[in-house]
Amino acid sequence: MQDTQSTLANEANNISAIAQQLSEQANRLAQDVTSYNFASGGGHENFVMMGLTIFVLACFVGYYVVWRVTPALHSPLMAITNAISSVIIVGALIAAGPADMTFSKVMGFIAVVLASINIFGGFVVTRRMLAMFKKKG
Amino acid sequence: METFAPLLYLVSSVLFILALRGLSHPESSRQGLNFGISGMAIAIITTLMTPAIASFGLIIAGIVIGGVIGAVTAVKIKMTALPQLVAAFHSLVGLAAVCVAVAAFHNPQAYGIGTPGDIHLSSLIEMSLGVAIGAVTFTGSIIAWGKLQGVISGKPLTFTGQHMFNACLGIALVALVLLICMTESTTLFWGIIVISLILGVTLIIPIGGADMPVIVSMLNSYSGWAAAGIGFTLQNPLLIITGALVGASGAILSYIMCKGMNRSFLSVILGGFGGEQSTAVAATMGDKAAKIGSAEDAAFIMKNAARVIIVPGYGMAVAQAQHVLREMADVLKSHGVDVRYAIHPVAGRMPGHMNVLLAEANVPYDEVFELEDINRDFAQADVAYVIGANDITNPAAKNDSSSPIYGMPVLDVEKAKTVLFVKRSMGSGYAGIDNPLFFGDNTLMLLGDAKKMTEDIVKAIEA
Repeated sequence: MQDTQSTLANEANNISAIAQQLSEQANRLAQDVTSYNFASGGGHENFVMMGLTIFVLACFVGYYVVWRVTPALHSPLMAITNAISSVIIVGALIAAGPADMTFSKVMGFIAVVLASINIFGGFVVTRRMLAMFKKKG
Repeated sequence: METFAPLLYLVSSVLFILALRGLSHPESSRQGLNFGISGMAIAIITTLMTPAIASFGLIIAGIVIGGVIGAVTAVKIKMTALPQLVAAFHSLVGLAAVCVAVAAFHNPQAYGIGTPGDIHLSSLIEMSLGVAIGAVTFTGSIIAWGKLQGVISGKPLTFTGQHMFNACLGIALVALVLLICMTESTTLFWGIIVISLILGVTLIIPIGGADMPVIVSMLNSYSGWAAAGIGFTLQNPLLIITGALVGASGAILSYIMCKGMNRSFLSVILGGFGGEQSTAVAATMGDKAAKIGSAEDAAFIMKNAARVIIVPGYGMAVAQAQHVLREMADVLKSHGVDVRYAIHPVAGRMPGHMNVLLAEANVPYDEVFELEDINRDFAQADVAYVIGANDITNPAAKNDSSSPIYGMPVLDVEKAKTVLFVKRSMGSGYAGIDNPLFFGDNTLMLLGDAKKMTEDIVKAIEA
């Protein structure tokens, strides 16, 4: 009787040890996954390099695209860049998203209002301007 | 959603690039605008569908309130007030960036960048940079708006030790960023915001006059860098790409404006240009009298001309003379006169200001030419009709090395057979410099309000 009890206890110990190993492995796997998936947080140090790469390449894209903009449309260019730089509304929405009312949520709400003014105002005024540029005749 | 969100953000980044690409020609520009709007819609809807958004009431309210305010303002604004509107919009982007950074600082878990009091070091640096650029953009744009609106004097305001003061603020800012990385103190974070707000005011207040287009484009650029800074904090590639695009765009516009005035970016930033009156030119011109003409004289000359080039400037915008100007061009065209428009890159108070005003008055864009495309044609033109412009036609920029605007590219209006110069009075231009053109042998000064004078000319031609 005592034998079977001790073997059972031993086996239980073994199983718990294996379970612990498994959970550790799962944790490690989860960490690996999150460090590749930069949008879901974690692995922040990796993102700095990734972000910098994106940033520098985007600067080059911007440089070549903007030099091709005709000088006649420089005012609409300013209005439309103003509108699209309000894409920081993405950050504002996340701040304003949680269910409970906090200081951050209030800040997020203010930012949502400000960015919306820009988005709608910027696009509408750009549309007004572009509609005026007509060809001869 | 977790896997689709980055993909959809990428789609909206590409749409934003296509939006700017569309502006390479007026024909493709309207499609470009639609790309931009779609990109923004995709970005907002994607974010709303992520699990981070738990309650929608306040968000919808915010978008509706902001959307109505923005759309109504944009519909009602007069095209002549465009530079002020753009400056005001820039200030809102700056303030929004500050708000987002503050929210992230107080609730870092929402963005996965740590917990309050224990935010990742790199996030802290990016956040501080984003909030500082945002705050400078906010107050700087308010000052620029005030100057353009006429609430604050358009003249450069300088005080002794100004550069020293700004340098101290800059050093204090860097020190605070370093300190905050070590302590993560909330008080220091607000300190960064306050110092940046002050810096925005003191950076822009000494800059005035003809440098305004550079400032408007520079703040445009800053609003982009602020968005990119926030993008690093939130680890969101869409914000980084968009911020970089806008930043690059504003920087290129600033460069074009500086080149249009032959000034270095640094000297514009240091400010104080256009404050003092130069008397050197006035003295040498003292014994020469300008010829003053009437609307009837101008009408007679233009009716008998074959080619007329119109040179508009900021004065045309102030007088709202663009519509009557187009009317004059129509009447001249019905008399068989070839009419074209010459635009200097820094005419007006923002890049492309004159083009928009002429387009508003239904001037076809293929009659409007940039400086390098039309400057050679002044020699063959019978009349150059300068309306509300001054410094951009000043020949002193070409032949007087003592002139403050020496080396600036100018329109060669004096090469036309006759120069008709519409001007309120014989005073100097926005840069405070005398124009020898007024005393040229082939110049006829038409003194009066730009709109009234042009109206009188139209009547005289039709008579």
